[in-house]
Amino acid sequence: MVSVRGLHKWFGPLHVLKDIDLTVAAGEVVVVVGPSGSGKSTLCRCLNRLETAGQGSIEIDGEPLPAEGRALARLRADVGMVFQSFNLFGHKTVLDNITLGPTRVRRVARPEARQQAMALLERVGIADKANHHPAQLSGGQQQRAAIARALAMQPKVLLFDEPTSALDPEMVNEVLDVMVSLAAEGMTMIVVTHEMGFARRAADRVVFMDDGRIVESGAPDDFFAAPRTERARDFLSKILQH
Amino acid sequence: MDALTAHLSEFGHGLVTTVELTVVTTVGAMLLGIVVATLRIAPVPLLRAIGTAYVEVFQNLPLLALLVLFVFALPTIGITFPLFTSAAIVIAVYEGAYLAEAIRAGINTVGVGQAEAARAIGLTFGQSLRHVILPQGLRAVIQPIGNICIALLMNTSLAAAVGVVELTQAANNVNLVEAQPIAVFTGAGLAYMLLALIIGQVTGLLERRLAIVR
Repeated sequence: MVSVRGLHKWFGPLHVLKDIDLTVAAGEVVVVVGPSGSGKSTLCRCLNRLETAGQGSIEIDGEPLPAEGRALARLRADVGMVFQSFNLFGHKTVLDNITLGPTRVRRVARPEARQQAMALLERVGIADKANHHPAQLSGGQQQRAAIARALAMQPKVLLFDEPTSALDPEMVNEVLDVMVSLAAEGMTMIVVTHEMGFARRAADRVVFMDDGRIVESGAPDDFFAAPRTERARDFLSKILQH
Repeated sequence: MDALTAHLSEFGHGLVTTVELTVVTTVGAMLLGIVVATLRIAPVPLLRAIGTAYVEVFQNLPLLALLVLFVFALPTIGITFPLFTSAAIVIAVYEGAYLAEAIRAGINTVGVGQAEAARAIGLTFGQSLRHVILPQGLRAVIQPIGNICIALLMNTSLAAAVGVVELTQAANNVNLVEAQPIAVFTGAGLAYMLLALIIGQVTGLLERRLAIVR
C-alpha cells in the first residue's frame, strides 16, 4: 500500500531522513517510535507530501506521489492524516469540519455527507457534539473529531503524527481506543507515537528510528522483549523505566 | 442654516453620489484586496512578485496624482471613461492595495496547521483558501478593514478634483452661491461623520456576529 525507497530529506544543512526504506502492506498497522528529532514525524509528513522529499521515491497504492497540483490533492484525499494539534477548522462546527472534504473533494451530496458524518461521529463517540465548534470540545474529543474527519474521506491509509502527545493523560485512552478499533477493522495505519501500550496492543510491526535512520523493525513482542540494537535497548530502558 | 436648507437637493445628490461611490469602490477594493493578498501568498514566485509590485506601486503614489493621471492622461491615448467610473476604478485600485495588506495580515494569523489540515483532506490551494484560510483570516481583520473603508469614504472626496459632483463638490458649489463656508462645510462634515459612524457600527456588528468561538 505504501512503499518508500531510498528516501532522504534535508532541512537546510540538516540531514533529517537518511536512506529510509519502508513498505507497508494493506491492512497493516505500523507504529513508528524513536527519540525526539529522530525524523519520525518528518517521515510521516513526507508520505502525503506536507514535506517534500529531498531524494528517493514514495508510492501509495502503486502510484508515485505526484509533485503538486490537482493530482497531489487527489492523492492526499486518499491518505488521511491526524495531527498532534488536531487542526480542526476553527470557524466550522464539528459536523461541517467532517463534511467539507467529502462535499468539496469527493462531490458527495450534502445530505448524504451529513449522514455519513453523523455515523462517523457516532462511531468515535461524540455524536452529541456535532453542532459544537472545536474550541468547545476537550482535547480528546477534538482529536476524535479529527479522526472522523480523516475517515470521512474513506482513505486507503491513515497517518497519525503523535495523535496523543498534546492530550491530557486522562484523554489519551479515549483516542487510543478509537485507533485500536480502527486497527482491528483492517485500516492501514502508520502511527508515530510515544504510546508503547498502543504499539503492543495494535501494531503488526514496530519501526524504531534514530538519527534519521530506521534502526530496527520487527513484531512488537520481539521488539519490546528483545531489541536487537544497543540504541533501541537504550531508548526502551529510558521510556519503560517508570 | 438657510444656506443648507435652501440647497437640500444639491446636498442630497452629492450625498447619494458619495454613498454610491463608496459602496461601489468598497466592493471593488475588497475583491481586488482578496485577489492581491492571495497573489502575495501564492506558491508561485511570479504571482507573489506581481502581488508585491501591485501593493508597492499603489501604496506609494498619492491618490490625487493617480486620479489626475487616469482622468487627464488616459484620454490623450484614446481611453476615456465617464468621470464617476474613472474615479471608482482609481479609488478601488488604490484602496485595494491597503486592503490587500490588511487581508494578508489576517491570513498570517491563521495557523499553518489549518492549511496543512485543509491540504491533507485533498482540498486544492484555491479550495483551502476559500473554505478554510480566508474565512478565518478575514474574521481576524474585520476592524482594520472597517478602518480602511472609512478612509476610503473620506478619500472619495478627492473625486471632486476630477469633476465628480459628490458631497464635497456639492458643498463647494453651494458655497459659491451662498458664501457661507462655515455652515456649508460643517453640514457636509457632519454628513461624512454620520456615514463613518454607520461603517463603524456595521464593522462592530460583523465582528460580533462572525466571531470564531474560542
